[in-house]
Formats: sequence, C-alpha cells, structure tokens
Amino acid sequence: MSTTSLPTLTAKDLTTDQEVRWCPGCGDYSILAQMKKALTTVGIPREQMVFISGIGCSSRFPYYMNTYGFHTIHGRAPTIASGLRLVRPDLQVWVVTGDGDGLSIGGNHLVHAIRRNMDLKILLFNNEIYGLTKGQYSPTSRLGTKTKSTPQGSLDNPIRPLSLAIGAEATFVARTIDIDVAHMTATLQRAAAHKGTAFVEIYQNCKIFNDGVYEYATDKSVKADNVLYLEHGKPMIFGKDRNKGIRLNGLKPEVVELGNGITADDLIIHDEAADEPTLAYLLSRMVYPEFPECVGVFRAIQQPTYESLLDDQVQGVIKAKGPGKIEDLFKAEDIWVVE
Amino acid sequence: MTAANASGDSSPVDAVRNGSRPVQELESVTIRFAGDSGDGMQLAGTQFTNTSAILGNDISTLPDFPAEIRAPAGTLAGVSGFQVHFSSSEIFTPGDRLNTLVAMNPAALKTNLRDLEDGGILLVNTDGFGTSDLVKANYKVNPLEDGSLKNYRLVKVAINKLNKEAVKEVKLSPREVDRCKNFFALGLVCWLYERPLEPTLKWIREKFGKNPAVMEANTLTLKAGYNYGDTVELLPVHYRVPKAKIAPGTYRKITGNEAMALGLVAATQLAKKQMLYATYPITPASDILHQLADMKRYGVKTMQAEDEIAAVGMAIGASFGGAVGVTGTSGPGVCLKSEAIGLAVMTELPLVIIDVQRGGPSTGLPTKTEQADLLQAMFGRNGECPVPILAPQSPSDCFDMVYEAVRIATRFMTPVFVLSDGYLANGAEPWAIPKIDSLPKIEIKHITTPNSTDGQTHENGAGEPGKYLPYKRDELLARPWAVPGTPGLEHRIGGLEKQDITGNISYDSANHEHMIHTRAKKVENIALTIPDLTVSGPEEGDLLVIGWGGTHGSLYTAVQRAQRKGYKVAHAHLRYLNPMPKNTGEVLARYKKVLVPELNCGQLLMLLRSKYLVPAEGLNKVQGKPFLVSEIEAKIEQLLAAS
Repeated sequence: MSTTSLPTLTAKDLTTDQEVRWCPGCGDYSILAQMKKALTTVGIPREQMVFISGIGCSSRFPYYMNTYGFHTIHGRAPTIASGLRLVRPDLQVWVVTGDGDGLSIGGNHLVHAIRRNMDLKILLFNNEIYGLTKGQYSPTSRLGTKTKSTPQGSLDNPIRPLSLAIGAEATFVARTIDIDVAHMTATLQRAAAHKGTAFVEIYQNCKIFNDGVYEYATDKSVKADNVLYLEHGKPMIFGKDRNKGIRLNGLKPEVVELGNGITADDLIIHDEAADEPTLAYLLSRMVYPEFPECVGVFRAIQQPTYESLLDDQVQGVIKAKGPGKIEDLFKAEDIWVVE
Repeated sequence: MTAANASGDSSPVDAVRNGSRPVQELESVTIRFAGDSGDGMQLAGTQFTNTSAILGNDISTLPDFPAEIRAPAGTLAGVSGFQVHFSSSEIFTPGDRLNTLVAMNPAALKTNLRDLEDGGILLVNTDGFGTSDLVKANYKVNPLEDGSLKNYRLVKVAINKLNKEAVKEVKLSPREVDRCKNFFALGLVCWLYERPLEPTLKWIREKFGKNPAVMEANTLTLKAGYNYGDTVELLPVHYRVPKAKIAPGTYRKITGNEAMALGLVAATQLAKKQMLYATYPITPASDILHQLADMKRYGVKTMQAEDEIAAVGMAIGASFGGAVGVTGTSGPGVCLKSEAIGLAVMTELPLVIIDVQRGGPSTGLPTKTEQADLLQAMFGRNGECPVPILAPQSPSDCFDMVYEAVRIATRFMTPVFVLSDGYLANGAEPWAIPKIDSLPKIEIKHITTPNSTDGQTHENGAGEPGKYLPYKRDELLARPWAVPGTPGLEHRIGGLEKQDITGNISYDSANHEHMIHTRAKKVENIALTIPDLTVSGPEEGDLLVIGWGGTHGSLYTAVQRAQRKGYKVAHAHLRYLNPMPKNTGEVLARYKKVLVPELNCGQLLMLLRSKYLVPAEGLNKVQGKPFLVSEIEAKIEQLLAAS
C-alpha cells in the first residue's frame, strides 16, 4: 500500500505579507493566531483552504491568511461561500463574519446557509458592538446598551447566535472565547473536521468600543464560576471548586451546589450527538449572570451535506439516462427538416 | 419580402376546390386564442404553433396572460391570450391585427375584439355567454345578439355542449370534462386552417399516457372539433397557408427563455466549464431555471437561493471557484443584485446576469414586456462601475447572445448583462439548430504558475519572481483567473480598491483613478472583438431607424414596408449596447435623421445622443406591449414627410 505524507504547514506558511491593521489589543489577533495554529494540523495544503468574509473588522481576516481569500460585501459572505462550495467540493471553505455582518444585514443568508448544511465552517466573531462604523449597538448587544446611536439604551432584544443556529438545524454548533487559546484551537480543529455546516461563536473583545463586555468570562478571578466547559458524555459541572452543576427541573435548567444529597448523577449529562437539538437549545439560552455560559461543542451530528445530495441527483440522472450530449439537448423538442 | 403586411390577404387563386370544400390560400394568418386563465388557451395556442412549425410555416408567437394565476373566473382581469402568426414567407413579428379571434367567454371578447381586423373570423363559444358571464364582463346586453359584431364573420359554436357530448363515453368528473374544451376549440381551428391533428395527438399520448381517461377524452374532443368544422361547413371556405421557403436545415420551435437555457449549456459545455445557475424565482425569468433544473444530464447545477442577493452571491462564488456563475432575474431582482454586481466589477470575476425585463417601476407589470432597464444595467450601481450589456433581438437570438455573454465574461473577466424581455422570453419562433462545430470556440485558460517577472519595479513585491499578481493584465486588459486549489497562487481579492498589478488594498488616490480608467478601458476593449453594426437598407439616406432588443421584428418589418414605398430608410439593430460596435457613430452620421423606437421613455436615445451628439428622435411606447408594425411605419412616414 502506498502512503502519502500529510502536508506539513507552519503558522508562518499561513502568514501573508500584509500589515495587520486591527486596533492594538483587539481579540481578533488571538483568533488569527489560533486559526493558523489549528490549520497546521488539519492535513490539507493551504491552497485548498479558502477564507470568505463580509464587511466589518472581523472580515479583514482573509487578508492575513496566506490561503485563497475573498473579502466580499456586507452580510453576503455565506452566499459567495455557498456558490464556491457547490462547484468545488474539494476545498475547505471558511466564512468569517461578525455579529453585525452575520446577524443583522446578513441574517437571512446565515439562516439559509446553516439549514442547507453545506460543508462550510462559519465563524461568528461576537463583540456585541459595531466596530468599523465606530461603536453603534449590534444585534447581540444586551437590552439597554448605551451607544452613540442608542444614547438612552437599546430597545431591541438581542439575538442569541447559537439559539438561532440550532433553530436553523445546524449540525455543528460551538462557542469559544478569544483569549482562551487552547480551547479555541481545539474548537477550530473540531469545526474543521466536521462534515457539514459548522457554526462557531467566538466571544471577542472590542478594546475600543466595548472593552470588557466578556470580563465575567475571561477574568481569571471569576471566570470559573461563570463559564461551563461542555464535555460530551460528562455531567455539567463548573465553579472554581468544581462544586456546582446544572440540573434539569422539568424543562428548566437550574444551578445546584453539589453535596447535601446532590451528586453528579443528578446533573445533566452533556450529549452533543443527540438527534434532537432540545438540550443544545436549552444550553444556548443560559446567560450570565443567572447561569454560567457554556463554551465548547453544543451539538455535533452527521447529516448529508447539500452539495453531496445535489451531486447524487446529478449522478443519478446521468446513470439513469446516460450523460447528455448537446446535440441531443437541442433536439429534445419536436424537430423538422427543411430540405 | 416580409409577409406581415399581407396578413390575411388572399392569394390570386381565390377559392380552389379541394374535394367538396373550397380552400383559399393565404400568405400568412394571425390567430389569437383568448379565454379565461383556466381555459387552457396557452396550451391550445402552443399546440397550434407546434403544428404550424412542423408543417413548415414560419411562426412568431405572443402569449399574453395576467399576473394572477387564477383571477376570478370570467372576469376581465382573468383573460389569457395566445397569439400566433404563421406564414408561407419569412416573418419577424407575431402580427399587428388578428385575422381570427377565438373567444371562449365575454371577457375574452371584450378585451381582444379591438385587435380583430374588419371582416375577420370571430369564433365564439356561445356556452360561455350566460347571464352571469355577461355581467362579469360588464356587458349589459349580449353582444352576440345586439348586432354589434356585424363587421366580423361571427361563428357561434356551443363548445361546452359539443365537448361534453364528444367525451360522454369516458368516465370523468364534470370538472375534468370541462377542462377538455380547449382541445375541441383547437380541433375546430385546425380544420379551419387545414392543420393535421397528429402532432397534437402525439403530444396528448405523451402527456396523458399515465391517465388513459384524460388521454382518451382529449383525443375524442380534438377530433370532434375538427370533424364538427368539416361536417357543419362552419364557414363556406377553409384556408391554407403553404410552407414557407426557409433555409435548409433542422429546425425546432424555441422561446427566448428556452434559447437562453440552451445557450448557457452549450457555451459552458464547449468551454469545458461547470456552470452554476443561481437564481430566485421571478416572472418572467423563472422558466430559465425550470429548463436548466431539468438538465442535470448535461452536468448543469442550479440553485434556487433564498433571495436575489444570495443568488448573485452564489454565482460570483462559483466564478471565484473557476466555474461560470450565472444568475437570471427581472428588473426588481437586478435592483437587489446591484451591490454584488459592483463586487464582480471590482474583483473582475466572470458573471452572466440575465435580466428578462418586464413593466416597471417596482413590481410594475410582471407579465408584460418593456425595455426600461437599459439605463439601470448601464448605470445602476455606486461608483464608476461599467458593465458590458448585450441584448438579443429575437427569441432564438437569446441563444447566440447568452453564448456571447459567456465568451465575453470569461475572456474579459467581467460581469455581463443580457437584456431579454417578457416578449422574447415567452415568444416563440423556429430555430435552425446549429451544428456544434459551427459554434464559436470559447477557450478558457486558468493561470497555474506565478506571473511576476524579475526586474519589474512595482512595490509590494511585484517585481520579485515567483509571485502571483492577480491584477497583472493581458493586452486587452483582462486579468488572469487563478482558481483556489492551485498551489503557489494563493491570493486574496475583495471589494476594496486594489493596487494596480498586485491587487493589494490601496487607498492611494492616483492609483484609484488609474484603476477606474483601467476597468473602463477594459470594457471598451470588448468592442475590438465584436462585429460592426450593419444596416438593412441603403448605406446612407434620409432616415435610420435604430433600436435594440425585442423590438427588432417590428422595426425591421416597418422599414421594409417603407422601403417598398420608395423611402430612403434603413434599419440597424444594436445587439451590443455596452460597448457599442466601433462604427456606430459613423453609421449614425450617414443619415439625415435618426429615429430610435423603444418600449421605454427614451433610454437608448439618451445614450446615443450623449455619446454621438446626434439629433436623434425617439418613438416611445410604455404600455406593456410590443410595437405594432403600423405604429413604426406611421412614424417613419411622418418624419420623412416633414423633411
């Protein structure tokens, strides 16, 4: 048997000659670094990787990856990525978007891309603010967020990106945090390996317009009590002393302290592979400060991808009727000959 | 010579005896089948057209149907019509005036009678003229009885009753029985014009093979209609339109939308390219999707996207991946796609955008024709954003022009508009099936190795060997097309302004101006690869009638008639609107006057005046309908009389 060695990539191979222009301290730097690290291990050459983005700070990402890249227009990256995917099943296609790009102007495309389960890896950098247009509130900003465009506080309920993705039947849903580097690398690797649409929300700090919005989840002194790391098949335990857990009370999750008769057996056992997304949905609705917020893989199931089903249809017709010749196509209707 | 002016004229041989029945030979005839939307008039008209085409006539059709799928039965809003012009000589329009009108109900009579010539045959279904039917069509008295139709040859037939009688042996519900009546009417008209039933019988067998009762009923009523005409001597004569003298070849009937689909498949197959047709359903473009979705045998991929924006985005994504991305729509869809078309201009990726124009603005007249998107295609984007524009001039020309659009898009790395319209999309004519090796070659080369050369002095490494420079252009200013998956050519493109040659983001002001001019010059260079504008008629003279798109047939026919009257008038038709053929200005200058008839308020007129500084004059109609030949003819005579 012959073996082919996997291409070995270094982070440097994936670095372009373009100067990175994000603000100092932006969470995007960490995401870029972890992405390069993650891709050194996925076993495909860089020319088969494509990064497609929309508009916004996050969407500058492709310029800094020495792969193929396309910086498109506001909100439409999923559509361009879908078109590419339909004709090029050999590529690994990443979509980089933000909370404004992906959920506001591009919300429609995001929902439809996810429900089709095309093999796209969609990264949503969520900083709960508009950065590139200088600090207006975004669709994920918490109710009452005061910004230049909402001086008395925002009035519309925020979208929970993972709830939306699960509602759109996403087959892979995960969340990670910009400065949690090891977790992010592992999450990106899981997304890369998933066959189908992988949707990953990344909590990302905007140093300039929304600094500290995720402090509860990143500050070392409090983070253990506010973040729950999901592990498939394991009870949902969290807390600095690993003494708290999540239990189901009817259809409601609740925080309980272990001890006094409550054991790990009483807690929810995380099942990312459950056919029904109900549990994943409940977890996506757990929000600080009432709950710890979950990070990790919420859902990972296998379903046929859109492009493979389309290819099956094409091949099926060719098998049944034979490959078509243009001459036959022209004459598919009634013809007559003029001598 | 054209036959449009001879419609309905009898030949010198007035009435020859054919067996017991006198037969009158005609050069050409225009018939309209009109009824309620649910009456199957489109089908009856289509079958009559197919039969005439197979018989060897030249044909041209004009379907006319309401936007509502089923407006309330019997109302004026619900009338659906199908007009067919068939001839023993070459024709270019569906005909101005009707020689025969089939009216299945009062509403159909009321909305169509004005187009019937004096003395024309008016075949009515008397069973459709009940009291409530008359009320729905706002008739206070029955027009069949008040003498108001005395200028026509009124033929009254109780089609419902006769149809019911014809199919009584077949077990069908009353509703199913009623649905067969269009074939009784078709049989009757087939008798009137000596058309064989066999093509329709064959169609019935294929269509209803799985439903023997329906097949049997339609067969019976079609034959009954034919025999009824023969038996009762419906008219003292019946008519014959001999075969047209058409260039030898193999023919089929084709609509503009069918031709568009075939042209796309042919161009991409011969270019050895995958095609993705991504679209969102919209009248009158949806049939292109329906056609292509059923062509998977030919490797065609179609995508019904979530909206117009997604559709064009997917097409652009496919082109980025090395396939040919195509999107089809109508005017409102073009509005939504505009930003993405700008992206394709900026990134210089191939893209074909088919706009099957309809009446506007906004939702406008979805099922009616108009040519009012020319300036939208020309200028409807932010920034200096030139896009090539092509416009087919007949249903079968949609094949050639969309084929050409694929060639230009891939040769020049640019989006290309193809402006069809509702009239071309749904109208049909015979199409001489081309030989595959006669079709133009489209050779697409993807760059596979770095294209930088040592010694160039551009910054950002443009001079280093071993680099891929995505905006280093060829002699016609087209950029190379490197596709993802090609080792060593990894690069990034996007909507931001880019540095010349390297494609890196650049906000430099001089570079921006240079890139604006370069992209414009590239589009102008297309003119070096397209045919010159030709005229039909004198090379110079008193008047040039110049148009574009689906009005070709009316303009051509009107100019021919004027020429026969001795006027020094010529016709030219622009199939390339951006850029226009190199010699356009020179052609315009050879005539004392220039007339630009358009189904809009003067869009080509504006372009010609501004570009060539000619005192051209417009003839404009925006009624959702094509020009009548007589309208153009009158304008020509008016202009020349004034000179």
